[in-house]
Amino acid sequence: MDDTTPRTVPIQSETFSNAVNAEIRRAAETGIYDIRGGGAKRRVPHFDDLLFLGASVSRYPLEGYRERCDTSVTLGGRFAKKPIALDIPITIAGMSFGALSGPAKEALGRGASAAGTSTTTGDGGMTPEERQHSDKLVYQYLPSRYGMNPNDLRKADAIEIVVGQGAKPGGGGMLLGQKISDRVAEMRTLPKGIDQRSACRHPDWTGPDDLEIKILELREVTGWQVPIYVKVGATRPYYDTALAVKAGADVVVMDGMQGGTAATQDVFIEHVGIPTLACIRPAVQALQDLGVHREVQLVISGGIRNGADVAKAMALGADAVAIGTAALIALGDNDPKWEAEYQKLGTTAGAYDDWHAGNDPAGITTQDPVLAARLDPVDAGRRLRNYLKVLTLEAQTIARACGHNHLHNLEPEDLCALTMEAAAMARVPLAGTDWYPGKPGFLSA
Amino acid sequence: MQTYDLEADGLRGLNAALHQQSADTNQTQWAVINPKGSHAIAVGLDAPIEVTVKGSTGYYCAGMNQQATVRVEGSVGPGVAENMMSGEVIVEGDASQYAGATGHGGLLVIKGNASSRCGISMKGIDIVVHGSIGHMSAFMAQAGTLVVCGDAGDALGDSLYEARLFVRGSVKSLGADCIEKDMRPEHLELLRDLLERAGADAKPEEFRRYGSARQLYNFDVDTSTAY
Repeated sequence: MDDTTPRTVPIQSETFSNAVNAEIRRAAETGIYDIRGGGAKRRVPHFDDLLFLGASVSRYPLEGYRERCDTSVTLGGRFAKKPIALDIPITIAGMSFGALSGPAKEALGRGASAAGTSTTTGDGGMTPEERQHSDKLVYQYLPSRYGMNPNDLRKADAIEIVVGQGAKPGGGGMLLGQKISDRVAEMRTLPKGIDQRSACRHPDWTGPDDLEIKILELREVTGWQVPIYVKVGATRPYYDTALAVKAGADVVVMDGMQGGTAATQDVFIEHVGIPTLACIRPAVQALQDLGVHREVQLVISGGIRNGADVAKAMALGADAVAIGTAALIALGDNDPKWEAEYQKLGTTAGAYDDWHAGNDPAGITTQDPVLAARLDPVDAGRRLRNYLKVLTLEAQTIARACGHNHLHNLEPEDLCALTMEAAAMARVPLAGTDWYPGKPGFLSA
Repeated sequence: MQTYDLEADGLRGLNAALHQQSADTNQTQWAVINPKGSHAIAVGLDAPIEVTVKGSTGYYCAGMNQQATVRVEGSVGPGVAENMMSGEVIVEGDASQYAGATGHGGLLVIKGNASSRCGISMKGIDIVVHGSIGHMSAFMAQAGTLVVCGDAGDALGDSLYEARLFVRGSVKSLGADCIEKDMRPEHLELLRDLLERAGADAKPEEFRRYGSARQLYNFDVDTSTAY
């Protein structure tokens, strides 16, 4: 064979891609699985695979700048004496002080309050600063019970019993030693610098029958005043929703696999749980079958990025959504202005996910006081407020185009799907057809 | 003495009445009759009152207690005194699973036996069990003291943090990272005080001490098979 002989060009394997091979080499070198923050990065069926149909001859739209389109939502009226009334159906998901810096938590409270919505504590308990800057604060009741006490429980506007989260259904949490500052250690009653594990299941109940009694206890401790949410990672949304309702939840929070975490094994994030898009209709179906749709509210989270996502989730039957990763980006996470520092950490803006490592250049996922001081909570809170307002305006724009005077009036009939997978998951017709996989009556049509 | 008939007057009324008591209340003595295994009796108390439950209870009796003394003249279901912050809870009979789970403070005394996961994830509570405890007790226990006058079941102190464990009888097995440690004078003193407060007829010298080897505090691939 000489130089002129035609040769096969080098072909990279789809199965053993450069990224896959690099991870194999990293694993072989270190013997430790990859831990990172964030949610699933792989492509999964998502809201982008749906489109709104908009008004036509059969439906008329509302004037975008003149006719009202309301956005308010009340959560928790099933049993609580004081349900939470929000101006917008977009809430801030639970993220802990510990995983996030103090300024970041303060900014979340400021931004949410300015936009008329709620924010949520996380593992490790409630900080005074967080309570002070959050008009409406949801207190997470987690398996670890780090920092859990009845005084803070009674300061909350709602209680969210966390059964799981979308990034890691069935998994506990972890906060690596480099983020366990003196204050974090004290709040969690743990030695400074250890790798802190959060349990994967609650220490004093197992199963839906126990959960019902646990909810009774929490209601008795708080005098039946505040709503009780049950948050689950999306895996079996129909049954989990039904069981949460049976146990007495006021609100069900369903978190899809794109939902973020502060730190979990990459293999867990990418391979356990189901996409957000796939969990909404089964959850709504469970509520409808039990006759409590809209009485028990459904909050959807995991990969909500823009007003279209908000509108699509609500059209599929959700009462509200929660955002986590998007809120952090609004604060300044992964901002290209820190690119030089991301490069030093071996990554790049937009891809930085070592939230567990504690050296976030943006000062958000860190307990380093120097880095944390980079985040101005007032300015970051303003950015979050602006972002929440944009999400709301975008969702209103779509709702008006579909002829609705409230976001809650969006319905599945406003949607079509671009792919077979999305059509099957969302149970809306493939674009240009009146059919979706599994639709009753297809064979006889 | 205030007497409350739980069967006749309901749980909400009981807890609401107990929650209304303040630090200077003169209604300091309460008796709850006809508990009949009800759940969430006397939960979330936060006043220096004494509540006596005349019979056995269900789940979470005296959960999240602060300041109050709750005495149960019977046995208790799962999660007695869970997440207790302060005060004292005394159980004359036996306790089911998760006794004293995640408790931050106060003293829990169980005069009978306690089932599995006694003291799970405890965060500063002191627990004295006159009898024996079941498996996986003190799992991930962070702080506080667990004293067992009888025997301990399998996997005692699995993944233990800084809680102190004392057992007079046998230990069926120790959990991951839990080891026997030397008994020093300060431990004997601690034990003597707790046994006295709990009314337990035992001598500190009869106990053995267990604690964390602290080998699993930071992830190390070479210890991953310990779990």
